[in-house]
Amino acid sequence: MKLVIERREISSALLRFSAPVASIGVALFVAGFLLLASGVSPLAAYKEILIEALGSLYGLSETLVKTTPLIFAGLGVSLAFRMQIWNIGAEGQIYVGAMGATWVALFSGIQNHWLMMTAMFFAAFFCGGLWAGVAGFLRARWQVNEVIVTLLMNYIAILWVDYLIYGPWKDPKGFNFPLTAQFSDTARFAEYFDTRFHSGFFLAVFCALLLYLFIERTVWGYEIKVIGSNPKAAQYAGMNTGMAIFFVLFLSGAIAGVAGFSEVAGLQHRLQHGISPGYGYTAIIIAWLAKRSAIGVVIVSFLMGVLLVGGDSLQLLWQLPVAFVYAFQGLILFFLLASDFFIIYRVKLVKGVVNG
Amino acid sequence: MSDILKIKNIRKTFPGVVALDDVSFSVARGEIHTLLGENGAGKSTLMNVLTGLYHPDRGEISIDGNPVHFTSPRDSLSCGIGMVHQHFMLVPAHSVFENILLALDNVPNFFSRKIYKEKIQKLIDEFDVDLDLETPVWKLSIGAQQWIELIKLLMRDCQLLILDEPTAVLTPQEAERLFSVLRRLKEQGKSIIFISHKMREVIEISDRVTILKKGCSLETLNRGDFDESKLASLMIGKDKIPQWQKNLQMSDEIVLDIQNLSVRNDRGLADLDDFNLLLKKGEILGIAGVAGNGQKALAEVLTGLKNTSQGRIMAGEKDITNSNARYSYIAGIAHIPEDRKTIGIAPDMSVDENLIMKSFKSGLFRNWIFQDKKAIRRNAAEKIEQFAIKSGPDGTPVRYLSGGNIQKVIIARELSEHPAVLVALYPTRGLDIGSAEYVHKVIADGVDRGMSTILIAEDLDELLKLSDRIAVMFRGKLIGYVDPRKTTREEIGLMMGGETPGGAE
Repeated sequence: MKLVIERREISSALLRFSAPVASIGVALFVAGFLLLASGVSPLAAYKEILIEALGSLYGLSETLVKTTPLIFAGLGVSLAFRMQIWNIGAEGQIYVGAMGATWVALFSGIQNHWLMMTAMFFAAFFCGGLWAGVAGFLRARWQVNEVIVTLLMNYIAILWVDYLIYGPWKDPKGFNFPLTAQFSDTARFAEYFDTRFHSGFFLAVFCALLLYLFIERTVWGYEIKVIGSNPKAAQYAGMNTGMAIFFVLFLSGAIAGVAGFSEVAGLQHRLQHGISPGYGYTAIIIAWLAKRSAIGVVIVSFLMGVLLVGGDSLQLLWQLPVAFVYAFQGLILFFLLASDFFIIYRVKLVKGVVNG
Repeated sequence: MSDILKIKNIRKTFPGVVALDDVSFSVARGEIHTLLGENGAGKSTLMNVLTGLYHPDRGEISIDGNPVHFTSPRDSLSCGIGMVHQHFMLVPAHSVFENILLALDNVPNFFSRKIYKEKIQKLIDEFDVDLDLETPVWKLSIGAQQWIELIKLLMRDCQLLILDEPTAVLTPQEAERLFSVLRRLKEQGKSIIFISHKMREVIEISDRVTILKKGCSLETLNRGDFDESKLASLMIGKDKIPQWQKNLQMSDEIVLDIQNLSVRNDRGLADLDDFNLLLKKGEILGIAGVAGNGQKALAEVLTGLKNTSQGRIMAGEKDITNSNARYSYIAGIAHIPEDRKTIGIAPDMSVDENLIMKSFKSGLFRNWIFQDKKAIRRNAAEKIEQFAIKSGPDGTPVRYLSGGNIQKVIIARELSEHPAVLVALYPTRGLDIGSAEYVHKVIADGVDRGMSTILIAEDLDELLKLSDRIAVMFRGKLIGYVDPRKTTREEIGLMMGGETPGGAE
């Protein structure tokens, strides 16, 4: 008996679609052992996750609340991935986006609700965009690796926000907590059903649809795909690849920045420490799982939302550490990357000895 | 003479494809044996079987009369079979010495660099090769890199050397050097399997030639029994190499006037140096020259991939110096890129999408900011039929197509806007004879539409066959024009070496 590995001629669409599903399945299985090691029955834990996240109006609303920033950040990251540009700085872009939106909310003095929300949106959009745009400019102009730049700028962004909330923007009436003042009602998203579920979710889904149209249907999307597939060919066809790299990283950061706006306007109603508990990093996993498709991002973000909310209840019920959720996310990505091997290759069991 | 290698009835299949059907041949000690065949005839598969990468489904390989079974390249190396691949297996950042050392077995953990250096230097001197052991590989020319590959095999004391199209990347002088080294190796009793498309080389160097066709070994001919037309006819199954009609009533209208053009490369050297060229309407202008004398730079400047440092390019009355690729295209210059897979296509995208790569912004394929998918599909269906592209099911990524079909996709795209000027840089490199002929036909057909072509090719036969005029380049300068109907190989050869025609200089 012998294992033979050969390259598939064409990977079927079914296979490409089922690989992410299978990787989640295998990750669930392996994570089961982690649960067993902590003395918790995996089945009971998974059931608990589902019931907690989906079994009640409150659970569902919380899941959608977590899903919202994940969609924005996931869309941003997946757009850049589409062009083989690796933006892993969505976390920082969320922070600067939130910062821009907060500045408008606290200091612009706009009274009209719609005007206020629009201004906050664009402030977050441009802050996130310019933040990622720095990496885009460096990459386009001097071939500086965007992975390093976007990653390191995360720390700058988070510390900058910390500086503001511990210093100049600190709420004078906040008992010295590191928080800004609360936003007025003009600067808040509408909330529904007496839960924390807010309009940011609809904006996120709308953005996903727009981005889908942008990538799959427009001339610019085509250009991005050509550059992603072969930058040299794109250049030869007359496309300005440098400009496109800057533009895509800008847009990628801008969309992630909007996640910051949605968080402060819909949920926190102020800027504070730790507004994103790693959404920007989860977004990388989401973009991979979604196979870089905008619609896929919405679906996968929802699944991640379920996991986050369900994971919270595991902490309460069995005192499992929050690290379990991250371990699980890591397992999914791990198996997903491994599954690419099976999409490209076929493993066969051949009877008898092959040629000596 | 005893046979070092004997191959009998080898068969190798892949899912859905019979790559080798029934191949038998033998190589004697001290022989240069050529394998000749179109692309897809099974040469590469056969070599992979010989070097232990593939296991044959059936058949027998014996070395010095003993049957062998290779399970890995290591096995075949230990039997003394070594191969110089088309794509070199070198570490660019390491020195020549380190690269050679890397290929050796049994180098002790603590070894004397000096002893190994002396050994290698001895080989280098013996074959009179110009190679400095301390130079990093990335600084070396392709020709020099090939020497490293060869020396690696000699250091391992390989008895049977396989060279896969070794001259494809060499200048004629380098190829001559290679041949003289091969002859000396032969005298030492080493055997060589030589793979090439170029008939004249094959005839010059081979002791025997085996022709492969559709996975079968057709015939083995001894030296003296073969000539160019015999080999070609066996290979393609036709007796005559067709000749194209020359364009006799050429107009005198100038479509492209290149004046005093200079271009510098990354290392600051002049790729083009005060270069002048006149292109007339409706002609095929061949550019002859030893590879590396500025042809690539010329094509890149014309298609907008490179900027000029001096000089002017005039398209009629329009100055198109320093234009980008798009602008060149409007001026009607298209380009069949030299290296199809690196700059010609977006490999992950479909044929439909690749066909519009240059015209995706035109109103034909666009409604406002949206792509007109129906028009794109219609265009693709049209082109696929017109150019007989075997494209697989709709939406198949282009990288799954064969080399010839990829080239057809590129040609279809480049010609679809009816350019006034076509710049074709090595358009048939790596194509089998059938596909190459198709490319020639398309270029020749363009003349009827008044298209002018600058044909840059390395094969003199191809240039002589197609061109209405031939311009010869040397070190980035134009040496002169010749008329392919009157010139001789020798005349062009002298000009390629830098001598001006008529002895004036």
